[in-house]
Amino acid sequence: MLARILEFNHALRDAGIPVAISESIDALHALDHIELAEREPFKAALAATLIKDEAQRPAFDTLFDLYFGTGRGPEAHEEQDAAESSVTRDELLDRLMEALRAGDGDALRAIARSAVGRFGRLEGSGSREWYSNYEVLRTLDPNTLLERLNQEIDDSGVSGFEAQVLRDEFARRMRAFRAAVLADTRRRVAEYRGPEAVASYAVQPLPEDLNFLSATADMADLRKAIRPLARKLATRVALKRRRSTRGNLDIRRTIRHSLSTGGVPFETFNKHRAPRRPELVILCDVSSSVARFARFALMLTHALSAQFSRVRSFAFVDAIDEVTRFFDHEDFLAAVDRMNQEAAVVFDDGHSDYGSVLEHFLDTYGKEVGPKTTLLILGDARTNYRARKAGALKTLAQRAHHTYWLNPEPVNDWDTGDSAASEYAAVVDQMVEVRNLRQLEEFIERRL
Amino acid sequence: MDQHRFADVDEVTARLADSGYLADDAIATVVLLAERLGKPLLVEGPAGVGKTELAKAVSAAIGSPIIRLQCYEGVDESKALYEWNYKKQLLRIQAGQGSSWTELSEDIFSEEFLLERPVLKAIRSEDPVVLLIDEVDKLDFEAEALLLEVLSDWQITIPEMGTLQSRRVPFVVLTSNNERELSEALKRRCLYLYLDYPTIEREREIVTRKVPDLHTNLADQVVRIVASIRELELKKAPSIAETLDWAQTMLALNVESLDDATVEKTLPVLLKFQTDLDKARSHLKLG
Repeated sequence: MLARILEFNHALRDAGIPVAISESIDALHALDHIELAEREPFKAALAATLIKDEAQRPAFDTLFDLYFGTGRGPEAHEEQDAAESSVTRDELLDRLMEALRAGDGDALRAIARSAVGRFGRLEGSGSREWYSNYEVLRTLDPNTLLERLNQEIDDSGVSGFEAQVLRDEFARRMRAFRAAVLADTRRRVAEYRGPEAVASYAVQPLPEDLNFLSATADMADLRKAIRPLARKLATRVALKRRRSTRGNLDIRRTIRHSLSTGGVPFETFNKHRAPRRPELVILCDVSSSVARFARFALMLTHALSAQFSRVRSFAFVDAIDEVTRFFDHEDFLAAVDRMNQEAAVVFDDGHSDYGSVLEHFLDTYGKEVGPKTTLLILGDARTNYRARKAGALKTLAQRAHHTYWLNPEPVNDWDTGDSAASEYAAVVDQMVEVRNLRQLEEFIERRL
Repeated sequence: MDQHRFADVDEVTARLADSGYLADDAIATVVLLAERLGKPLLVEGPAGVGKTELAKAVSAAIGSPIIRLQCYEGVDESKALYEWNYKKQLLRIQAGQGSSWTELSEDIFSEEFLLERPVLKAIRSEDPVVLLIDEVDKLDFEAEALLLEVLSDWQITIPEMGTLQSRRVPFVVLTSNNERELSEALKRRCLYLYLDYPTIEREREIVTRKVPDLHTNLADQVVRIVASIRELELKKAPSIAETLDWAQTMLALNVESLDDATVEKTLPVLLKFQTDLDKARSHLKLG
C-alpha cells in the first residue's frame, strides 16, 4: 500500500501537480484515521492532503482511478467478460436507454463496463490486450441515442422549460456514460500494462498550460479559466499599484489617531497617491492562424479594463478596424462573435498584412498614441512575404510609453519562413512568447 | 487535548446533520481528518455553497464556540493577532513615576497590557474553540504570512514578550472564494476541501430539509431547473442560498406546480444579472 501511494504521488508530480514531501507524509498520517476499505473516504483523504487547487482535480481523479481502481489483475475482467460474451448490441442499447431515462448512475457505470468488455477490445495490437473507448462509442453511437431520447421528449408533449430540463439531464447523463467508458478502457489497459503506461497519456494538461495554437485545446476549459483568472489578476495588479503609490505622511490622520494615545503618535499614516493608470491600446491580429489566441488575449485584457484609464482595441487582418465598442458590455463571448461578424478587418484576401496595417494605423489613429499609452501588439508576425514596414512600428513605439509584442509562436519558430519577428522585436520594448494562459498571466502581472 | 471528538466518518455526518448541515462522504472525511490530525481546514469554492455554514455546523457539532476573523484588505497583526493596549501602558508609565525603566518595561510589555485579537484569543483559550478565518483570500500577502506561524506551530511570537504557545489546538477553518491564489506555504499547511455546487440529489435533500413545507414534486422541479441553469456560462451561477430563496418564493406564492409563466416571473430570485437572466430565459425557452 505504501509503495502504491508513493507511486501515485510520483504520477501526480509527473502530471504537473507539485506534491510536497510534507504533504505525502500528511496523506499517510491521514490514512491511519479512516477505513481503507471504503473508497470515498479513502479518495477524499488523499485529495484533501495531496491537491490544493481545484484545477488539479481532473488529473487527480484520472490518476486515482488508474492507481487504486485496478490491481485485481486482468483475470477479474476476463471472467466477467466471458460471462457476458453473449450480450448483443441491442440488449446493451436497451439497458443503456433505460438507465439514461432513469438517471441511474450505478447502472450507467455497469453498462459502460460491459460495453467496453464486449466492443472495446482491439485485436492484433502487439503482444497484449489493448482497449479503445473510440471503438465502444462508435458501436453504441451516443449521438443517435440522444436524438432518440430528445424525440421521445417531443412526442410526449412536454414543452417549455420542462423539455429543456429533461434534455439537459439526458446530455449530462450521456457525458457521465462517456466518461465511464473512457475510465474503464484506461483501467483495463492499466491492468495489463501497469498504471504508469496509461498515466503518461491519460492526464490532460491544466487549462492554463493548453497551447493556444494547438487544435486539441478544449475551448470550453480555456473559456472557463478566463474569468477567475481575470479576477485574480485584477486584484494582484491593483494591489501592486496601491503598494507602490504610498505618498507622503498624512499629518491630519496621524495627529487625529494619536489623540487616543494621549497625543503620542504611535502609528503614522501615509496619504494615498492617485495611482498611475496607463492607457492601453491593443492591436490584434485576428486572421485564422492566430484567431484563438487573439480572442483570449482580448477577453482577458477587457476583463481587466478597470485597471486602466482606457482600453482601446483594434483588430486587423489586412485592414484595421476599431473593435472597442463590442466590448462595452460584459459578455465577452458575444463581443468576440460580433467582432468576427461586423468588424471590417478583411480588405483583400484574408491573409495578414502587417506592413500596410501598421502604416494605416499610424496614419489614422497615430494621434491616439501618446506618452501615457501602453501599446500591445498581438500576432505571430507572419507577413505572408509582404512589405514589413518596421519603420511605422518604430514611430509608434517612440511615441508610446511602452510597446510590447505578444507572439503565440514558440521562440524557436521565430524568423522561420515569412516571420518577421526579430525585425519587429528590435523596435519594440520587448517581444514575448505567449503560448498559453499561464504565460499570458505572467506577462500581464509583470508588465502592465 | 481530549480524546477524539468523532468516532468515525459516519458519526461526523450524523452530528453535522443534527446541526443542520448535510455533509457528503468527502466533507465528513475531511472534517474528521482535520480534527484528528489537528490541521487547519482550507475550504474553497464559489460563493454561497455553504463554506461558512460548514464552520458553524462544526462548531455546533463539537459544542465549541466560534471565534471569527473576517478578512478584508488592510487586516494586519493588530487586527488579527494582538495589539498593545497603549492607553493602559501610558497610564502605567504615568502612575509609576520614579520606578526604574527596566522594571517598567518588563511590566508594560506583559500579558496584562495585551489586547487579544481573534487568532491569539483562539489559541490562548482554555476551552476548545473553532477559529473561523473567513475569506482569507481577501488578506494582503503580508497578513497571510502572519498566519503561517500560527497554523503550523500553534504559537505567536511577540517581539517584546516572547513566544506564546497555544493552550490547546483550535479547530481552524479558513474559507476562500479564490479571488486570488493563496501562497503555497499556506496551502501546504492545510487540508484542502473544495465545495462545489451540490449534486441534484443532495440539493433536493437540502431544500426539503430547509423548506419542509414545500411539496416534494415542487422541490424536485426547483433543483432540476437550477442544475440546468448552472450549466450555462453565467456571470454568477445561482448558489444554494438562492435555490432556497427560490423555494421559499414558491411557498410564499402558493405555487402548486411550476409552469413557464411562474418560472419566468420568479427567475430574478435566482439570477441577479440582466445578461444571465436573458441567457437563462432563452435556454429554458421561456416567453
